[in-house]
Amino acid sequence: MRATVSVRPKPGILDPQGEAVCGSLQHLGFDVTETRVGRLVELELAATDAEVARQEVERMCEQLLANPLIETFEIEIVP
Amino acid sequence: MTATARAPRPAIAVLTFPGSNDDRDAVHAFDLLGADARLIWHAEEELPPVDAVVLPGGFSYGDHLRCGAIARFSPATAAVREFADAGGLVLGICNGFQILCEAGLLPGALLRNESLRFVCRDVPLTVERDDLPFTARCTAGRRIVLPVKHGDGRYLPPPDLDPAQVVLRYVDNPNGSIGDIAGVCNWAGNVMGLMPHPEHAVDPLLGSDDGALLLASLVDAARERVLAAI
Repeated sequence: MRATVSVRPKPGILDPQGEAVCGSLQHLGFDVTETRVGRLVELELAATDAEVARQEVERMCEQLLANPLIETFEIEIVP
Repeated sequence: MTATARAPRPAIAVLTFPGSNDDRDAVHAFDLLGADARLIWHAEEELPPVDAVVLPGGFSYGDHLRCGAIARFSPATAAVREFADAGGLVLGICNGFQILCEAGLLPGALLRNESLRFVCRDVPLTVERDDLPFTARCTAGRRIVLPVKHGDGRYLPPPDLDPAQVVLRYVDNPNGSIGDIAGVCNWAGNVMGLMPHPEHAVDPLLGSDDGALLLASLVDAARERVLAAI
């Protein structure tokens, strides 16, 4: 089973990377008003049950993949 | 009573993680300041009997994922947590500060510099607390100058940070830290972290010896603990 974890900077937290990317996109002529840059983690899991997998990935996020003070995470399980 | 008996050299452990690169500078600084500093490899599950622990600067585990996020799981970091919980003196410098934040031994997090640029220069700082084992030789309100060299030093405090936990502030903020915060301590005051590098500022030949004020304070406090235990 595969899982995809999207880790994002929390709303309200300054994201200079996002600002730099936004500026570059505007420079290229794109009509972008805001850009936030996060991180994508792809996981290959041994679990065969989607609910078990989700709970396991949630623990991974809490313990390592995201820092709750500065980031939010979203889990997608791909059977 | 011999001079040695009056002033024992306290033992200080300086941890080396894969990617640490200021560990030897820290050992050198503490040796100059009258301590017996030794390097401890991160895979050690137990600390030798020491009077203080220092987590040095560098790029532990290549800063992968987030700075300090992987080093937090080193066996020696668990031993540091135990040491700190028992009231032991722990100082984290730069990457060591990031590790202590990731490990939850200090509040807050360190993010990419607002400028997105690595900053490497001497910066003036204001000492906010002079009643800590790390700052007793300083005077609150006084300015000191220490070098910074980091790409991820923008400090973000937790919403409930007590202002009394702020130990150092930048006079001219180099990284976008909230509240100009450069160094913080835990509630109990026995764990401190800072982004600037006191271990690179212990000799006037290198531009400043203000770092010795902080590190010698720690040596004094560690020595007092040795004497109290005799």
